[in-house]
Amino acid sequence: MPGRVNDFTLKIATVNGTGSASANALLTKAVFRMGVPVMGKNYFPSNIQGLPTWYEIRVTEPGHLTRSGHVHLMVAMNPETFAKDHAEVTPGGYLLYDSTWPRVRDFNRDDINIIGVPLADMVNHHFADARTRILMKNVAYVGALAALLDLDLAVIEGLLQETFGESKAKLVAANMQAVELGHAYVREHFECPLGLRVEERDLTDGHIIIDGNTTAALGAMFAGATVGAWYPLTPSTSLMNAFSDFCERYRTTEQGEREFAVIQAEDELAAIGMVLGAGWMGARAFTPTSGPGISLMNEFIGFGYYTEIPAVIFDVQRVGPSTGMPTRTQQGDLMACAYAGHGDTRHICLYPADPAEAFELSARAFDLAEHFQTPVFVVSDLDIGMNEWMVPELSWDANYRPDRGKVLDADELDRLAGPFQRYMDPDRDGIPFRTLPGVHPAGAFFTRGSGHSKHGTYTEDAAEYQEVMDRLACKFETARAHVPPPAIEYAYAASGGDGRQRPRPTACAIVSLGSCDLAVREARKALKAGGTELDYCRIRAFPFTDEVERFLAEHETLFVVEQNRDAQCKGMLLMETDVARDKLVSILHYNGLPIASTDIEEAVLGHLNREEAI
Amino acid sequence: MSYIRKPVAHHSNLPVNALGLTERDYEGGMSTLCAGCGHDSITAALIQACWGLDIEPHKVAKMSGIGCSSKTPAYFLREAHGINAVHGRMPSIATGANAANRNLYYIGVSGDGDSLSIGFGQFAHAIRRNVNMLYLIENNGVYGLTKGQFSASADVGSRSKGGDINEQPPIDPVLTAISLGCTFVARGFSGDKEQLVPLIKAGLQHRGFAMIDVISPCVAFNNHEGSTKSYAHTRQFYHPAIHTDFIEPRAEIRAEYERGKTMPIELHDGSTIVLRKVDVDHDPTNRAAAIGYLERHREAEEIVTGLLYVEEEGRDLHAINRTATDSLVEARVHGNQQAVLEEVQTQYR
Repeated sequence: MPGRVNDFTLKIATVNGTGSASANALLTKAVFRMGVPVMGKNYFPSNIQGLPTWYEIRVTEPGHLTRSGHVHLMVAMNPETFAKDHAEVTPGGYLLYDSTWPRVRDFNRDDINIIGVPLADMVNHHFADARTRILMKNVAYVGALAALLDLDLAVIEGLLQETFGESKAKLVAANMQAVELGHAYVREHFECPLGLRVEERDLTDGHIIIDGNTTAALGAMFAGATVGAWYPLTPSTSLMNAFSDFCERYRTTEQGEREFAVIQAEDELAAIGMVLGAGWMGARAFTPTSGPGISLMNEFIGFGYYTEIPAVIFDVQRVGPSTGMPTRTQQGDLMACAYAGHGDTRHICLYPADPAEAFELSARAFDLAEHFQTPVFVVSDLDIGMNEWMVPELSWDANYRPDRGKVLDADELDRLAGPFQRYMDPDRDGIPFRTLPGVHPAGAFFTRGSGHSKHGTYTEDAAEYQEVMDRLACKFETARAHVPPPAIEYAYAASGGDGRQRPRPTACAIVSLGSCDLAVREARKALKAGGTELDYCRIRAFPFTDEVERFLAEHETLFVVEQNRDAQCKGMLLMETDVARDKLVSILHYNGLPIASTDIEEAVLGHLNREEAI
Repeated sequence: MSYIRKPVAHHSNLPVNALGLTERDYEGGMSTLCAGCGHDSITAALIQACWGLDIEPHKVAKMSGIGCSSKTPAYFLREAHGINAVHGRMPSIATGANAANRNLYYIGVSGDGDSLSIGFGQFAHAIRRNVNMLYLIENNGVYGLTKGQFSASADVGSRSKGGDINEQPPIDPVLTAISLGCTFVARGFSGDKEQLVPLIKAGLQHRGFAMIDVISPCVAFNNHEGSTKSYAHTRQFYHPAIHTDFIEPRAEIRAEYERGKTMPIELHDGSTIVLRKVDVDHDPTNRAAAIGYLERHREAEEIVTGLLYVEEEGRDLHAINRTATDSLVEARVHGNQQAVLEEVQTQYR
């Protein structure tokens, strides 16, 4: 393998529950602190201790923060998966293993380099108790990798100090001892650094490394959410944990009173009920969940739609159907969210691509929910929610004012002539006025999920029922112009008659959404290098805006890249836009790992070559 | 759920409460329930209790699930917001609404199907959280809207209108609530308003979850011979254990109470309930004793009524959460967001 400076992937195979996650996070952050863009992805089991787990770190000066499909260095610490891990190394790459136990007969490849480090042996000599030995073995491979990849030991020590703080100086010293053990052994026995190495840069300035559940929680707090209800469910759990932590810190009075309420519900049926109850009362309320929770919430989501109560639902998607693979990622709930509930329902959905956008769209969701008086989904996934991404620093508009929508206050109700009528459409935008409980006697009305007229009264009258349903459809149309437009990139521009640059669409293009983004970007770059230019439209919201419709119209072939088996995004495009079926070509990835750029690149080339052959 | 708007009749000589309102001002839409339905009597008791407590109608949030009982919030307090949730899920709506705004009265009306079958989980967990609300179960042992199936509160041996005999043991909301740690547990009868109105008043003033199981016969599907939830059966086996007198704050306790047979309990707002023991065997402040007493009388097939268990010291949802006293309805966008963001991001660099 030719030397690869700041552009390689290492993968660490360990057993979960051994503390390897912190060691791997330490490595990732060390690369980040050295100023080199880095991706860290955790492929962990649905288990607390004893099952295989992998962590993939891509060091990428060009900024491709996505899976490359390569493994240039495998750290194979788990005997159970050793054969598979060994087989996965890219030809010319390296495999580091714990040589305390000989494994020579397992090595049946001559196209990779083997690095044996007696990690257990070294650690057992230096640390006494069993738990420390297990933990320190991981820290020792960090030391070995630091030597092999030329990581700065001072950076590692600094990170350890930040983690443990001054009060735990002993822990810092013990960890550094383990780092140095690995480091010294490798320096002594192998040529360091390898062809793979990290060189200091300043490319991470102005960036943070953070997961999307944390940023979504921060967005909720910044939007002024006060009530959260939830039922613990991987991979959404950390969102509520983060919200509670932030609020404990920033939404608690000096007297220790909380200006928020987080309720752990008995199940998702209750969690969404609490959110709707709080939304009906006028508070900004939300629930984080995942696919199984969405399934359970369906009845209440339909209720929220029909009774027009604001609510924000975060779906941090995981692999379905059923329990599926709870710790693996997918975009399998696109339709489940968009059409949740029985009867005719359609919901506003927002699709963040990364943690930075999860922050922005999380806050936006609360405004949309109250503006349109309806449940709004933030459709994230495990990859965004739980992996730590390098993203530009978050920013916030200092002039932000929450959009509380059309709510009549006590003064307005005082001036009201005649009884308040909940579901009228005075502005002809499909959005009625609402009132909040406890504000004014004239504001009272009865919220019901049964048939109701525009006056808010019970009805079984055909025309009255239909009138409300038609207005709800009108409201959804109004939302089309309010939701975030897609992010569109054209490959070429041409000068128009007026001298202004206008895009000149390519024949083929990519349409995608959510966490596919970075893989699509890298694939486009690779395809461009091979002479294939593709325009790109990343959908950010449902309903699909006019920009999406236009993009679909102006391209001949559209590759729809998504992470589910049944082409749900493509299905929605066919149902919701005028696009012709034969223009859409699906690129699907749904094995639970985040999509890699090579998956897309190969699929595009495969299709184009087949077309050419015909 | 009325098709017909109920006429508002003004009688100049009706008594007014401290707010200058008559009971008529606490009414709602026209009931669409069957003539003679027990639920309508409970609605009337609610109206009387709210009027008697001088509650501003719009400071009440009314909530319900699905079923005959759940229709009733439309029939009282027309100036209060109401919400008719999905089947069995009213407790979660109430919990969320109460979490958002602790400064209203919450009245939840449910039924035996709504609370003891489809919504049993939510009923139990709202009790565990001690949501500050009055929770009525209008209990008739039968599914009325779907025409007469047994509910989970139907007694063993009870006969349905179609002639089937129930063989599954009933869920008793009173025993269930006490065992779950409910801080106010009562049973009433729609046919005894004299007992029910003070129970409702006390439940409204209680800080915490006040559950009143009200036997409320279904005249259409469960009022026949062989039913254990008929008017006739209820009257025959009725066993008032305790009569509750509700005494408002500042009012003097005037009635003469026999020593040893009465027990005054002060509620958090300063009002008092005086429990008059009809049955001296019962101590409503002792949980274990209350359970034993109820079990004994259940074996005797008696319907024990009154305020059967009360614990005024329980901490409600907000006490446990340490929630600020203001409502949480205003979005909390204050302070220097930029500085907060800067501080937060420091940890992720």
